[in-house]
Amino acid sequence: MALINFENVGHSYSGKQDDYALQPMNFRWKDGGAYALLGPSGCGKSTLLNICSGLLKPSEGSVSFDGKDVTDMSPEKRNIAQVFQFPVLYDSMTVFDNLAFPLRNRGASKSHIAQRVAEVAHMLELEDVLKRRASGLGAELKQKISMGRGLVRDDVSAILFDEPLTVIDPQLKWKLRRQLKEIHKEFGHTLIYVTHDQVEALTFAEQVVVMSEGEIVQVGTPQALFERPEHTFVGYFIGSPGMNFLPCEIDGQDAVVDGQRIPLRAEQASAARDCNANSLKLGIRPEFVELAGNQQGLDLQVSRISEMGQFRLVTALLGQHEVKVKIDNDHGPLEGPNINLHFPPEWICLYSNERLIQTPNEATHGH
Amino acid sequence: MDTKFADNRAWLLVLPATLLVFFTAMIPFMAVVNYSFQIVFSMQNHALIGWETFHEALTNEEFSGALGRQVLFTGIVLLIEIPLGIAVALTMPRTGKMVGPVLVVIALPLLVPWNVVGLIWQIFARGDIGLFGAFVNNVLHINYNYAVGEYSAWFTVVLMSVWHWTSLVALLAYAGLCSIPGAFYQAARIDGASRWATFRFIELPKLRGVLTIAILLRFVYSFKTYAESLTVTGGGPGTSTTFMTQMLTNTAIGQFAYGKAAAYGLLYFLIILLISYIFYIVLTRVGTNEGGA
Repeated sequence: MALINFENVGHSYSGKQDDYALQPMNFRWKDGGAYALLGPSGCGKSTLLNICSGLLKPSEGSVSFDGKDVTDMSPEKRNIAQVFQFPVLYDSMTVFDNLAFPLRNRGASKSHIAQRVAEVAHMLELEDVLKRRASGLGAELKQKISMGRGLVRDDVSAILFDEPLTVIDPQLKWKLRRQLKEIHKEFGHTLIYVTHDQVEALTFAEQVVVMSEGEIVQVGTPQALFERPEHTFVGYFIGSPGMNFLPCEIDGQDAVVDGQRIPLRAEQASAARDCNANSLKLGIRPEFVELAGNQQGLDLQVSRISEMGQFRLVTALLGQHEVKVKIDNDHGPLEGPNINLHFPPEWICLYSNERLIQTPNEATHGH
Repeated sequence: MDTKFADNRAWLLVLPATLLVFFTAMIPFMAVVNYSFQIVFSMQNHALIGWETFHEALTNEEFSGALGRQVLFTGIVLLIEIPLGIAVALTMPRTGKMVGPVLVVIALPLLVPWNVVGLIWQIFARGDIGLFGAFVNNVLHINYNYAVGEYSAWFTVVLMSVWHWTSLVALLAYAGLCSIPGAFYQAARIDGASRWATFRFIELPKLRGVLTIAILLRFVYSFKTYAESLTVTGGGPGTSTTFMTQMLTNTAIGQFAYGKAAAYGLLYFLIILLISYIFYIVLTRVGTNEGGA
């Protein structure tokens, strides 16, 4: 186990400066942390992972494990484990030999191998197939074996997962993810888990690292990502549907969207005025928009209502801009072509140039 | 299950193909079977002698000698060409600018016609004017003459086969190697596998399919070798490099012993069929059966 530190690490596959797959960055992966690396396909998350494991040497910057520079070290020297998107097995070996392979290559003793393989097989419920040849098994078992090979060494610096549950059925996904979480709790490995599935990321990790276009746009707990997205991309990418974003201007204590005034918190409005904002946007989650009832609210024109089971998803127009709102079913039917909505100021985020405008008392805010 | 059809005229559509196969394959083949039971002096003058030709084939030195040499030749050639072909494939670049040129160079020997290969080596290996032969005789001071020495002749025909055919194995193995996903190599590095272990546990198992084809092709081709060695050594010195096809040709066209040649030919055909079948069964079963219990 180790603290992994990225110093100005950047990578460009073509070697050109303006063609970064991974923008130069500084990042510290805490020892024993469970991280999820979340982002759409092609955002550079696999590149970041391969730099971590040493399969890829970054074109600039340095990587260190516990203060020791490992930038030029091979994956085997770094003593790192990695599980890939698709099962990688040694077809001609039995399941037991597959699991034992990483230990045997490092000259572990027979008794140690037998003990570790038994432990991992128990954790992943592979005991029944240990003596079988790996090639004849189903995709799920194969991927479990691949994961087992990642977990079998107990002295690894970190275990990296590159979308390991892609080939697994949804039901089993839950189970495997839970098993992984338990394993993490028990052994305290540093885990980095790459995924483009937000549910997977939010349920698995303590810290979620959101990436977009080769950059880390926010690192935080699942709650922080949901409540205070630091980048419009995070707001849009996390949540279903994503955050509403409305271009606005500041006038006094209010944000003005297409002539309609939305009250803000005082410190928020002043922070927005102070930062010389350009392309200012107001963001609010569909979950946090409320029906105003009889109070003075915003008058929106309903354009679509979708039944989602537990709630209704209402799409309404504020001026020319679409706003999505989640409304609980116990609210009863919605009447008329218009809807009266309230945007609670404590849930409003303001973005300048796609980045969150921080307000002075940000730290005390929240529920 | 009831599979009877009221109208079976669709079978007539198969008729042209059946006739074609009948006239081009079945009738000539049955003619050979027919000859094999006869002693043939001329097409007008022949007599049925039963199994005698087969008995002779299985007891005389002419047939067993040629078969023995053939088995030895094929064995040596396979033992050299398969590992060498894999080794060549492993060193070939899989990406970059050199892929094209390397592939062309590797494929070049395969484009040369058999008897031209023979001619090239006949000159190349000559002790007086051939680059290779003169080098061995005059620089290495080893007495080398494929027209006189049995070992020289064998060395020449084996080397020529390796030169001509290793490319085939290399290209097939190369195609197999190229189809291995990168993740397997990455996993091997993560697991700390040595180069040998990577080859043994990833590359070799993944090459099983193409190597089955390579071994089968090389077995059949080398077992039928004719023009190459004939052009260089003419089957000599003596009969030391006379392989099956040449022995058959000598019997049929040299001695006009059609009956005997037909019997030899049938046995030869059956041997190839049998060995190919065994090869195929063994190689497709290895590694696919559910091992363990």
